[in-house]
Amino acid sequence: MTLWLIPLLPLAGAAINGLFGRRFSRKLVATVALAFTAASFLWALVIASRFLSGGQVPIADHVATWLQIGDFRIEYGFLVDQLSMVMMLVVTGVGFLIHIYSVAYMEHEGGYYRYFSYLNLFMFFMLTLVLANNYLLMFVGWEGVGLASYLLIGFFFRRDSAADAGKKAFITNRIGDFGFLIALFLLVKNFGTLQFADLFDKVAKYSPGAEVGVGVLTAIALLMLMGATGKSAQIPLYVWLPDAMEGPTPVSALIHAATMVTAGVYMICRSNAIFSRAPIALTVVAIIGTLTAFFAATIGITQTDIKRVLAYSTVSQLGYMFMAAGVAAYSAAIFHLMTHAFFKGLLFLGAGSVIHGVGGEQDMRKMGGLKKYMPWTFWTMFAATCAISGIPFFAGFYSKDEILWQAYSSPHGSWIFWLVGVITAYMTSFYMFRLLFMTFTGEYRGAIEPAHGHGAHDDHGHHGTPHESPWMMLGPLVILGILSVVGGYVGVGHRFENFLAPVTPSVLSEPQTAALAAPESAALPAQQSEPASENSGLEDELMAISILCAFSGLGLAWFLYVKRRDLPDKIADSLGGLYTTVLNKYYVDQIYGAAIIRPLINGSRAILWRGIDAGAIDGTLNASAKGAQETGGAFRRLQSGNIRSYAGWVAAGAAVVVIYMVWMGTR
Amino acid sequence: MIPSGDYIRILPEIVLSIFGMLVMVIDPLLGENDDRKSIGVVSAIGALLALGATFIMAGHPGEAFYNILRVDDFAVFFHVVVILIALACILMSFEYLKVQEIRQGEYYGLILFGTVGMCLMSSAIELVMLFVAIEISSISTYILAGFRRRAAESAESSLKYFLLGSFATAFFLYGIALMYGATGSTNVDAIAAALRQGTPVMAYLAIALMMVGLGFKVAAAPFQVWTPDVYEGAPAPVVALMSTGPKAAAFAVLLRVLFGTAAPGWFWAVWIAAALSMTIGNFGALVQTNVKRMLAYSSIAHAGYLLVAFIAVRNMEQGVSAAMFYTAAYAAMNVGAFAVVSHFASAGEKYVSIEDYAGLGRRSPVLAAVLTVFLLSLIGIPITGGFFAKFYVFRAAVSSNLIWLTVIGLVNSAIGSYYYLRLLVMMYMKEPQSEESVPSVPFAAGFAMAGCVVATLYLGVFPNRVLQFAIESARTLVH
Repeated sequence: MTLWLIPLLPLAGAAINGLFGRRFSRKLVATVALAFTAASFLWALVIASRFLSGGQVPIADHVATWLQIGDFRIEYGFLVDQLSMVMMLVVTGVGFLIHIYSVAYMEHEGGYYRYFSYLNLFMFFMLTLVLANNYLLMFVGWEGVGLASYLLIGFFFRRDSAADAGKKAFITNRIGDFGFLIALFLLVKNFGTLQFADLFDKVAKYSPGAEVGVGVLTAIALLMLMGATGKSAQIPLYVWLPDAMEGPTPVSALIHAATMVTAGVYMICRSNAIFSRAPIALTVVAIIGTLTAFFAATIGITQTDIKRVLAYSTVSQLGYMFMAAGVAAYSAAIFHLMTHAFFKGLLFLGAGSVIHGVGGEQDMRKMGGLKKYMPWTFWTMFAATCAISGIPFFAGFYSKDEILWQAYSSPHGSWIFWLVGVITAYMTSFYMFRLLFMTFTGEYRGAIEPAHGHGAHDDHGHHGTPHESPWMMLGPLVILGILSVVGGYVGVGHRFENFLAPVTPSVLSEPQTAALAAPESAALPAQQSEPASENSGLEDELMAISILCAFSGLGLAWFLYVKRRDLPDKIADSLGGLYTTVLNKYYVDQIYGAAIIRPLINGSRAILWRGIDAGAIDGTLNASAKGAQETGGAFRRLQSGNIRSYAGWVAAGAAVVVIYMVWMGTR
Repeated sequence: MIPSGDYIRILPEIVLSIFGMLVMVIDPLLGENDDRKSIGVVSAIGALLALGATFIMAGHPGEAFYNILRVDDFAVFFHVVVILIALACILMSFEYLKVQEIRQGEYYGLILFGTVGMCLMSSAIELVMLFVAIEISSISTYILAGFRRRAAESAESSLKYFLLGSFATAFFLYGIALMYGATGSTNVDAIAAALRQGTPVMAYLAIALMMVGLGFKVAAAPFQVWTPDVYEGAPAPVVALMSTGPKAAAFAVLLRVLFGTAAPGWFWAVWIAAALSMTIGNFGALVQTNVKRMLAYSSIAHAGYLLVAFIAVRNMEQGVSAAMFYTAAYAAMNVGAFAVVSHFASAGEKYVSIEDYAGLGRRSPVLAAVLTVFLLSLIGIPITGGFFAKFYVFRAAVSSNLIWLTVIGLVNSAIGSYYYLRLLVMMYMKEPQSEESVPSVPFAAGFAMAGCVVATLYLGVFPNRVLQFAIESARTLVH
């Protein structure tokens, strides 16, 4: 079924632009990048339509064997089932829109071809990640998106902060990957395969106590979670995402909101066969998600940089997805992932449009009143804000409500998750409307004639009064705006849940009947168990509460940022230390710096380096020694004791080895 | 009477020796001002022919010269790796020697002779022969390290390497003597048979001493101290050679000595050496400012990863083949990295600090891209050989229940990514410090780099064939 075309098309685009783009005109670069992404999207649509019209499910594509060691076999193979189909369409669809947007947005930037080459490269790795039919190939995508994200964060490399942010993202993700890799090794050891179909089959049949030690699945799931917290910016590894906003805004929209950061959620949902059998790990997922959702939301309230507010809101929304996955409501997590891709992608693109319109300014305190200058941006962002806040009948309302309901009612759920979730929803509504009001209502607070070259931010310092963005940018906004409004209807009446059910068995139905092991099952199983009718009354009550929260958050934001604009500062003052703590993001960066990074560097300097590497010849490296002196110099330095100390090291090491071995022999 | 088939089993060594002598003879015959590139070309041809000879040799497996050597898949594997390394180093030396004004004849001769030693190290099954082979390879590299005669640090490097190396070899030699005392033989098979009957304490002592000697050669902690100084001072192409060639051969010897003789008792010694090497290597590299020094520490770290494979004893085949695969992958990426370093260093090895790489991405996009491939592979990013090597090693470790060592290893590889990344950041995200244009890569060195890129990617994308061969070879070794 040539599934491999979907990831490979963007790779071809990346290669062409990467190799020859330097000599292309901007138009040609953009055409190449867009054409390959569009082709990939169209092909994904073709596959999806065949899929939905009753083709064989899931569609598998074995390209080649990657390696085979005895029974252990890994292939280059792709798989489209209900889960990866949703992901594939989101990635190619939203990705394509953001490519279009970028054409206009990046128009005045240097390195145009580089940008599109990286962006296409990212698409390749992301699609590999979601379409892989085994963990190792998935890991290729997993590392690859990290690399592409690193390149794109550091795109404005003339700023040190951008380079640092890129580095931070890369290293933080490596820490998470370390967990993921160990999980993979444990899977190989215990189940002898990394192919999804085989593996989940074996996991489903696995009974503890036999050959495999008790708790192995829990360990594996927790390690996978570690990987997921890195990629999806959850506590404790979320610190890189806010800094990642140094990248160009469309990149933030694509990678740091809509797609890459959801990879962790996808991975957990993909591994549901493992997680569902590891209840402890599942609870940890839910707790981490809930905590992250809450804390990130509190930070979001205090930020004034428009992109940072959105960054923390992304972290918070990802927390919701983890919460859902943690109560085994995988389909709810994926549902929210999808709607989030629409409205958060839109919010970032809208923010980009605003930044573009006001000449590179990102501080919301210097915006205001932009509604009359840029109505399209305002209305689309308004739709997205409603969606993320959970205003009824917008996309986010359905998905968030589904998560909150599952958090309460699922066998793995608890009222605590629900309560924190609802409070977070209230805060979300507040800070999102705060953003909207601060940016678009009131009077314009920026300089009409901004100084040229805001070197510190996306360089758009060539404007006079704020102005609306070109249609290349507004088009994607409008499309995503429509999706943010109607995107939630696919989930009405558990349609989305039922659609995903073959991959992620509903928690309300009987647990696990080997999801992937039944490839012949139809795309839409006729009857999934309907939620019991006695629950529906409670469900409505809880829904009413969350609607109330959404509107009161809106109301409060309106009161503080439209009606009484003097109040926020006073409140901030009266909160004193608490406010500063939150404003400074709970000083987490500083704590990590002091507790982990400093000791690492100092430790390696002080103990290892000074102790063992004392004989460095760095100091004399560039001194010019000539003729007979050289050898003399070398001998002189030998007298400095360092060769003796080296020999001493060797001798000491030898003594230890000898003593140990003799002890082994005489034992 | 030695059967003539035996000579086929050392055919690569014969070819290399002949060409080694040939280049030494050609050198004085050329006039003072003649172009000496031909010497390099001749030695490259020699290496290529030796590679061909290896394939002929591979068709005649078996013992030779009264059980001194054995040609099996294992030996063939290392012959190929070592000769390819030598070939790459010869190719990258063409331009380098001219730029650094280094005399050519002996240089190439020593590389070829050293390669003979390394080849013999992988096929010798007689400890005394092993010792001789190690010495051939070591002495060549001692001298090569000092070839930048105008630089004091090169002479220092050579001397240090020589003094400490001799010290370490003495341990190995003493180990052989004790092993003879303990088992009455110096033949690996005979020793294995004797050790199965029972292991006297003296055999443990012998193994300990041999491990010390070999630990030094592979730059594993705690015998790694010499590495940074020596790598920093020695000519860059020579570092490319000695950080991979003799190391690969020494690992081959270590595999033969530890697995071929079924030696007991070394588990925890190697465990600790592996953990120490990874940790010291990576932490040491964090604070380096000189690229060659940084890569020296990185090579210590990689020796540590490689040793992890040794301890995966539960499934020896897996462990041994993982170690072999790692050697090949490491050779490809490290030789490649040094090829770039030696080209970029310019006259007198001026540009070897990490700062010098600032803006290389724009000053010379191709060179930067090539180095990027090697660095990504050293970090262990998928679809490079480096990733697969690590994956396979740690897979073997986990299936032998070495969870903690795996944790240490992977934490280390996360830390390690930092310093490789630092170089990447320098190249792509900093402004160039000098506008001086980077000389374009000459054909031979470019060929070597391209070969290393291809090998690095090949081992990552299509690892299966090499892996299968390594598994086959491991079988011949373990049984």
